[in-house]
Amino acid sequence: MPTELALTLIWSLPFLAAVIAMAMPAGARNGEAWLAGTVAAVGLVLTILLFPQVADGGVVHSTITWMPAYGLDLAFRMDGLAWLFCVLVTFIGLLVVLYARYYMSPKDPIARFYALFLAFMGAMLGLVMSGNIIQLAIFWELTSLVSFLLIGYWYHRSDARDGARMALVITGTGGLALFVAMMLIGHIVGSYDIDVVLASGRLIAEHPLYPVTLILFLLAAFTKSAQFPFQFWLPNAMTAPTPVSAYLHSATMVKAGVFLMTRFWPVMAGTDMWFWIVTYGGLATLLFGAYAALFQRDLKGLLAYSTISHLGLITTLLGMGTPLAAVAAIFHIANHATFKASLFMAVGIIDHETGTRDVRKLSGLRRSMPFTATLAIIASGAMAGVPLLNGFLSKEMFFTETAIYDPNVFVNLSLPIVATLAGMLSVAYSIKFVHGVFFGPEPTGLEKTPHEPPALMRRPIELLVLACLAVGIIPGITIGPYLAAAVVSVLGGDTPYYSLSVWHGFNLPLIMSIIALLGGVAIYVPYYRRLRGIDGDPLLRGLRGQRIFERLLITATNRWARKMVSVFGTQRLQPQIFIVVLLALAAGVGAGWARMGNLPLPSSFDPVLGLVWIVGGVSALAAAWQAKFHRLAAMILMGGAGLATCITFAWFSAPDLALTQLLAEIATTVLILLGLRWLPKRLPVPEDISIGMRLRRYRDVILAAAVGLGTGLASYAIMTRQAPEGISEFFLANAYTEGGGTNVVNVMLVDFRGFDTLGEITVLGVVALTVFGLLRRFRPAPDSADRPEQQRVQADFAEAQGSANVAADFLRIPALIMNWMFPVVMTVAIYMFLRGHDLPGGGFIAGIVMSLGFILQYMAGGTRWVEDRLRILPVLWIGWGLLIALLTGLGAMALGFPFLTSAFAYADIPLIGKVPMATALLFDLGVFALVVGATVLMLIALAHQSIRRPKPASTPQPRKREGLDTWN
Amino acid sequence: MELTLAIAIAVLAGSGVYLLLRPRTFQVIIGLSLVSYAVNLFILSMGRLRMDAAPILSGANANPADYTDPVPQALVLTAIVIGFAMTALFLVVLLAARGLTGNDHVDGKGN
Repeated sequence: MPTELALTLIWSLPFLAAVIAMAMPAGARNGEAWLAGTVAAVGLVLTILLFPQVADGGVVHSTITWMPAYGLDLAFRMDGLAWLFCVLVTFIGLLVVLYARYYMSPKDPIARFYALFLAFMGAMLGLVMSGNIIQLAIFWELTSLVSFLLIGYWYHRSDARDGARMALVITGTGGLALFVAMMLIGHIVGSYDIDVVLASGRLIAEHPLYPVTLILFLLAAFTKSAQFPFQFWLPNAMTAPTPVSAYLHSATMVKAGVFLMTRFWPVMAGTDMWFWIVTYGGLATLLFGAYAALFQRDLKGLLAYSTISHLGLITTLLGMGTPLAAVAAIFHIANHATFKASLFMAVGIIDHETGTRDVRKLSGLRRSMPFTATLAIIASGAMAGVPLLNGFLSKEMFFTETAIYDPNVFVNLSLPIVATLAGMLSVAYSIKFVHGVFFGPEPTGLEKTPHEPPALMRRPIELLVLACLAVGIIPGITIGPYLAAAVVSVLGGDTPYYSLSVWHGFNLPLIMSIIALLGGVAIYVPYYRRLRGIDGDPLLRGLRGQRIFERLLITATNRWARKMVSVFGTQRLQPQIFIVVLLALAAGVGAGWARMGNLPLPSSFDPVLGLVWIVGGVSALAAAWQAKFHRLAAMILMGGAGLATCITFAWFSAPDLALTQLLAEIATTVLILLGLRWLPKRLPVPEDISIGMRLRRYRDVILAAAVGLGTGLASYAIMTRQAPEGISEFFLANAYTEGGGTNVVNVMLVDFRGFDTLGEITVLGVVALTVFGLLRRFRPAPDSADRPEQQRVQADFAEAQGSANVAADFLRIPALIMNWMFPVVMTVAIYMFLRGHDLPGGGFIAGIVMSLGFILQYMAGGTRWVEDRLRILPVLWIGWGLLIALLTGLGAMALGFPFLTSAFAYADIPLIGKVPMATALLFDLGVFALVVGATVLMLIALAHQSIRRPKPASTPQPRKREGLDTWN
Repeated sequence: MELTLAIAIAVLAGSGVYLLLRPRTFQVIIGLSLVSYAVNLFILSMGRLRMDAAPILSGANANPADYTDPVPQALVLTAIVIGFAMTALFLVVLLAARGLTGNDHVDGKGN
């Protein structure tokens, strides 16, 4: 099999299988397990097959180019270190799948579990195999995200949700820091390719940006690997199902942080800053984790703190910066994964078979669960560092490294002493685990009678414990070559000589080991009764990272947020608009003040235009004056201002605009007329105006006047200046030759800027559908629900007179004329449409004309009369319009031109003459149909409310917002 | 000529903004329309004012200097149509809000 394909399969199969797992039926426990197990097994086999290629510092690549210009590719590479991690991820993944098959209850949503499990596997493999550092950060985030979902797997439990959220906030913050760190590294090195970065030597460490990069980088590594002071998320993540804890939170994901530090060790380590932060951060974690683990009564809590402690050990080793320490770190990564995963599984079995993980309730389980007990005892031995087990070897190497003489007295003393102390504590908590659970009297008061689990559930633990023993006794044969490959991939030519043998003679590290073992026993034996009952350590209980974190989170997301809302927020629209207008004015004045210059005196005056605008201006002012109490009058006055605008368009050589303005004005007027009926009656009674209200009005008048003055000045200043060289000449020069039309505005709309127009008609269609949707559930206010007063008076009068309803004959003659005009209006619309390309007109104008023709019929005959005779399906018009416009554009693409390219020719049609036949005309047809549909839909939907007799809104109480304190 | 149009724009914008700041929804809708007139005229004036020079070509090989600037016109045409759609949407939202809150105040409160 080609290497590249193997690499691609290793990381992509889990993702693919995750999708399949999600789609499988809820109860398919075996199917899911087989799927996940097969994927893990295939990944493991493929990885193992690749070993010969990475054995001697070789690197295998597979690159899928994505954005090569930016150095962003989907690149994967496997070297010895990645190989070791891939084996850990797939091998332990395989075992955990088998284990989870028995652990998970049939009631759990199993598809989600396996889908997330597989997605995690893919993310983790992608992370360790990343050949691009940006991609590495992405996969890093992905593992955080999946970890969040898996911790919150039982999301009905609040502790699971809290733990998940905390893990996401902490590791997500780290992920963000990593992203920035990676970009900085990319900036320093000049490439995102990991090979280039690793080959850059001391470039990063000597760059001025190194401190910032390192802090961000370590923030990521420390949060992910639960290093002090970010360790507290890991114990809270133990609310996840135990297979998840065994896989993510001990064997693989939490190793990502130390993986990162190992990966970049050659280029980042070796500085003073690195030494002090990493070594002592790790040392603090090592000691704190071991200390806290001793006081846990939850077995998973004990293992979680132990994991923190061991991660601290690895971090300390990486911090020391010597090649031998790096060897020990890599070795311990593998060792810890084997014994800790098996211990988690053992605890899961105990939990499963007894119903509790509380060490106070458990004892004497060796009688009822002899096999599990034996396995757990051996694994605990490895955790404590007992000789002939794998944990002993790497711990011994750790002691050797700490005991090396350092000229700094503090370093020289603190390292070996803290290491030995932590070793003692880890022996003590291992004994507590073994002695408390498996020895002593028979347990009492358990929910279930303890017994051995199914044999297959125990099989994964057996395999892992076997690995612990094999590595512990014959390390040179079992792990030797693989460790060597990983070490060479990190250290390259600097790889020192190291010995994996069990016996190194009677030396200082051995003495430290013996002190640790004896000291651990000495700590445990006198106090074991008190240790059994205690929950939480007596010294540091008050200072819990979790509580600080929660307080910070509450302060930041709740208290500050509330404060921000109360300071900057308002539920009132009026002040918001005031501030928006004020800011806009300030921005305009700020931008224009300096550039205003000297304004020239007016050169010409046109009395007719002046007259038009005396009418227009007075209309606008009067509309502003009257809009509160005289809505109809205000609307008519607004129409006056609109007409003045329309005349101005015509005046200044914009016939298309004048036409469009006129027609849109008519449509708007009809629309508002239809809506007026639903507004509350407002009588111009002399109101009791308070001083505050009066002041507010003056304030608004001043602001409005300022805005008016500003816009007026700005437009005068611009109009009296020479126009800059624009893009208009291009359109004027090419409209006819390229677009085939003489009406440049229309050619621009349907050809040059066709994409823009496509977007615009889409908006128009969306608005029409929204209007339609809003009106379908329209509930008028109760006082508007009845028929209007005029109609009622009319009906009462008619009844009193004993005559027929006069309203039926209302506007008879105009109505007849409107009926007759229908074909004429249609003809005008078609005419406007056809000539649009060469003369004023086009799809927009023709569309509004056409829809006004329809509306005229509604006004003349009434809704029912029209709909008995003419069925307009506006939604279809909208749909077809959009489709035609879109297909015209796609047609160009089908012929190999860019989207919306138009072609044209003149067709000679008998009797009519030469007609321009551009594909732009087809596009314009789409515009036309959509405008007809949208306008008619909006008008008709509103008109229908009058015959619908809609239910009034039930309680016209303004909705009270709930108090702010309840929204969290 | 320029001064007339500038004053027109000023008056339209001023009355429009005053109405935008009023508490009743109907006032706001009229205000929005007035402001859009002002803005449309303003955009048109960006191409400088020309009379009797519509952007209708009289055939190929035209001299661009003989015609008015078509770019602001195309922009304003779009703006007019969108303005119509906006007015329609706002009107319907206004009516729905009036039904739901029982009043026509922009804040949904008051009488």
